[in-house]
Amino acid sequence: MLGYMTRRLVILLLSLVAAAIVLFVLLRLLPGDPANALVGVGATPEQIEAARAQLGSDQSLLVQFVAYLGDLARFDLGQSFVSRAPVIEEISRRLSVTLPLTFAAFFLAMLLAIPLGIVAAVKARRWYGLVLSVVSQVGIAVPVFWLGILLVYQFSLTLRWLPSGGFPLRGYEDPGRAVQSMILPVLTIALIMTASLMRYVRSATLDVLDSDFLRTARALGESRTGALMRHGLRNAAVPVVSVLGIELSTTFLGAVVVEQVFSLPGLGSMLLLGIQQRDYPNVQGVLIVSTLLVLLVGFLADILQRVLDPRLRKEGGR
Amino acid sequence: MSAAGAAGPRRSRGGATYLLGLILVGVIVAAGLISFAWTPYALSDMAGSRLEPPSPAHWAGTDRLGRDLFTQLMIGARIALVVGCGAVAIGGAIGMVTGILAAFATRFADDALAAVFDILIAFPTLLIAMLVVAAREEASLGTAILALGIGLSPIVGRITRILTKQVLGQDYITAARVSGTSWGAIVIFHILPNIVPFLGVNLALQFGLAVMAEASLSYLGLGAPPPNASWGRMLQEAQSTVYTAPWGAVFPGLALFALVIGINLLADGLRDRLGRSGRDAG
Amino acid sequence: MSDLLTVDGLTLATSNTRLVEDLSFSIAPGERFGLIGESGSGKSLTALAVTGLLPPAIRPSGSIRLGGTQVVGAPERALVRLRGDAVATVFQEPLTALDPLMPLGAQIAGPVRRRLKRSGDDASRGAVRREVMALLEQVRLPEPERLVGAYPHEVSGGQRQRVAIAMALACRPRLLIADEPTTALDVTTQAEIVQLINALVKELGLGLLFISHDLPVVGQVAERVMVMRQGRAVERGSTARVLTEPEDAYTHDLVDAARRFDSALEGRP
Repeated sequence: MLGYMTRRLVILLLSLVAAAIVLFVLLRLLPGDPANALVGVGATPEQIEAARAQLGSDQSLLVQFVAYLGDLARFDLGQSFVSRAPVIEEISRRLSVTLPLTFAAFFLAMLLAIPLGIVAAVKARRWYGLVLSVVSQVGIAVPVFWLGILLVYQFSLTLRWLPSGGFPLRGYEDPGRAVQSMILPVLTIALIMTASLMRYVRSATLDVLDSDFLRTARALGESRTGALMRHGLRNAAVPVVSVLGIELSTTFLGAVVVEQVFSLPGLGSMLLLGIQQRDYPNVQGVLIVSTLLVLLVGFLADILQRVLDPRLRKEGGR
Repeated sequence: MSAAGAAGPRRSRGGATYLLGLILVGVIVAAGLISFAWTPYALSDMAGSRLEPPSPAHWAGTDRLGRDLFTQLMIGARIALVVGCGAVAIGGAIGMVTGILAAFATRFADDALAAVFDILIAFPTLLIAMLVVAAREEASLGTAILALGIGLSPIVGRITRILTKQVLGQDYITAARVSGTSWGAIVIFHILPNIVPFLGVNLALQFGLAVMAEASLSYLGLGAPPPNASWGRMLQEAQSTVYTAPWGAVFPGLALFALVIGINLLADGLRDRLGRSGRDAG
Repeated sequence: MSDLLTVDGLTLATSNTRLVEDLSFSIAPGERFGLIGESGSGKSLTALAVTGLLPPAIRPSGSIRLGGTQVVGAPERALVRLRGDAVATVFQEPLTALDPLMPLGAQIAGPVRRRLKRSGDDASRGAVRREVMALLEQVRLPEPERLVGAYPHEVSGGQRQRVAIAMALACRPRLLIADEPTTALDVTTQAEIVQLINALVKELGLGLLFISHDLPVVGQVAERVMVMRQGRAVERGSTARVLTEPEDAYTHDLVDAARRFDSALEGRP
C-alpha cells in the first residue's frame, strides 16, 4: 500500500509538471504579445520594450519555461496585468466562493444520490424505482445553466424567496445573505450531479444484487436487507468511489458555468474575465489551480478505492 | 434458456427507448436541414414586436429585438449538429490515430501515451475549449469546433487504445501476423471492423457532450459570434428577460435537452444491441 | 413422512418457457441423493427453487416441502427462517460465491453468529471465533490462523471451496445442497472436495442433494440418483443400478461416454 502511494504520488507530480507544460505551450500560442496588453494602445516602442523585459517575454522560450516552473514551485503565479495584484491572492479570494459552492453541491448530491440510487436498484420493479431511474436518465441531459435559469425564474422572480444572483460585497461577514445567495447555485449543481451519481449508485447496486456472494449469504439464512447491508454496500461502493473523483471535478466545472448564471464572484467568473481582458497571468493561474485540484481529487479517489478493495491493494503491491 | 426468457420483455422496452431517441434526434436533424432551405423569417429580421409570446405568427415567440425565436431555434439546431459532428470528427480522428498507434507502439511509448491520455482527460474538456477559444483573436464557430474536438480526443484515444489492445490479444491476429499480413492490413481488416461498433457508442455519447459543451461556451459568450444563433447564446440573451418572457429561455433549453437525451438513448440502444450479440456469441 | 425434502410435481416456468416440468423426488434424513444432467437441464434451478431463491422472472408451481414447511408460495420471512436451518447450499464458483472484500474468517463468522443468536446461545466474539477455528479445522484447511485474515483472492480455488463448505456447515443444516461444487476446480482438487463432502456428510449425518453434470463424481457420493434432461426426469434409481444398467437411452449415452473417457485415461482400448 505504501509502495503504491509513493508511486501514485510520483504520478501526481509528473501529471502536474505535464499539465504545467501543456498550459505553458497553450498560453504561449495565444496571439499577440502580452506586453501590448500590459501597456495598452498607443505605447511607445520603448515602453513596450520595458514591459517585455518586465514580463520576460523578450527571453527565449526555454528561459521563460524554466523561470515559469521555478515560480510555480514557489506558488508564485505572477501579477495580474489589469489590477497588478498578485494572482494567488485573487484566486484565494475567489476560491472562498467556488470551493464552498462545489463541496456543498457535491455533498448534497451524494446525500440524495446514494439512498435514491439504492432504492432505484432494490425496488427496480416497483413504479417508484422505475420513476427514479427514468429521472436520473433524463437528469443527465439537462444543461446545468438552463436548470439555473429555470430555478431563478421559479424561486427568485416568481416566488421571491431567494436572490436571483450576486454575492454580498462583504462576503461571509454577512453570513445570512452569503448563505442565501448560495442556496440556488448549490441546488442547481447538486440536482444535476444527483442525476448522474444516482445512475452509478443504481447500476453498482444492481450488480451487487445480482452477485453470487449475496446469493450465498441469503442461501445461508441472511435476510435480503441484512445481506445487502453486510456485503452489498461495501462492494457497491468500490465502483462508485472510482467515479467520485471525476464527478467532483465535473461539479467544480459546473460551478464555473453556474457562477455565471448567478453572477457569483468565483473562480469561473475570474477565468472568463481574464479571457475577455486577455489577462494571461490570471487565466494561467486559474487553470493551474483548477488542474491541481482536479488531479488532487483523482489521487484521493484512487487511494480511497484501494482502502476499500483488497484486490486492488494486491495488484498495486506487485 | 432462462436468459432468453428474461430478455424478452426487456428487448421490447429497449426498442421503445431506441425509437424515442431516433425520433428526438430525427426531429432536430430535420429542423437543422430544413433551415438551409426555409425558415419562417430571416434570422436578423425584426419581424414582430419585442418579446411576443408564442403565436401562430411566431411559434416560439420573439426576442427582445422582435426577432422570431423559432427561426433562431432552427438555425440553432443546425449549429448544434455541425458542432457535434465536427467535434466528434476531429476528436475521433485524433483519438483513433493516437489510440491505435499507442496500442501498436513499444511498451515504453504505449505507457507514455496512456499516461498522456490520462493527464489530458484530467483537463476538463470545457476548460481546454475555453483556452483554445481564448487563444484565437475572436470567437468563431470553427474555433469552438476545433477546441471541443481537441478536448474530446484524449477520451477517444484512451478507449481506442484499450479496445485495440483487446483485439490484438485475440488468436486470429496472431494467425494473421504469422501468415504475413502487414500491420496496415491488420488495422484495416481486423482492428477497425472490431472496434468501430463499440467506439461508435462512445462517439455518440461524446457527441452529446460536445453539443452540451458548445452550448456552455456560447452561454459564457465564447461560442459562435452573433449572426449565428446557438441555443446556448439564445439562453444567455433570454436570461435577462426570463421573468417577462419565460418562453425565450424554455424553448432553447428544451431543444438542447431533447438532442442530448435523444443521442444518449440512441447510444444506449446501440450498446444493448452490441451487448446482446456479444452475449449470444458467448 | 419425515423426509427432509419432498418435491412433488414441481414446474418452473418464465412467462413464455417451461424450464423444469413435473419433477418429483424426496430425500430422507442422512440420505445422499444425486441430481445429474447437462447444463441447461434445470438441475441448478431446482436447487434454487428448494431454497426459495429463484430469480423473480421464474415462477414455481407444485410443491416443495422442506422439513415439513411448504416453500412454494411461502413469504420471504418464512423462507429466511428456513434457510440455514433446514438447508444450506454450496455453490459452483467459490471465487464469486464469497464476498471479495471480506476476510474469510469474518465470512464464516456471519452464519455462525446468526445461528448462535437464533438458538439463544452465547454469541460473543470469543465463542464465534472458537467455532470459526473449529470449522476451518473440520474442512481440513491448513494454517487456520492465517486464513482467517486472508481475502478470497489470496487463497487457492480448493481452499475457497473449503471455506464455502465451512460456511454452509456453520449453519448446522439438516440438508446440504452441493450445486456443482467441483466444476470450477482442477481434477486433483475435485477429488479432494468430493471426498471431503462425502466424509463430512456421513460424519454429521446430513442429508445431501449433490448436483453435477459429471456422472462418475455423482457415483462416488450418492446412494440414489435422478437423471434430468431438458427439465424432465428421464431416469431414477439406486446409483449402482443406474450406472450399470441404465434403462433410458440418454442415460445409456452418458454412462457410455463416461466409461470411454475412463478407459481412455487408463490407456485401455
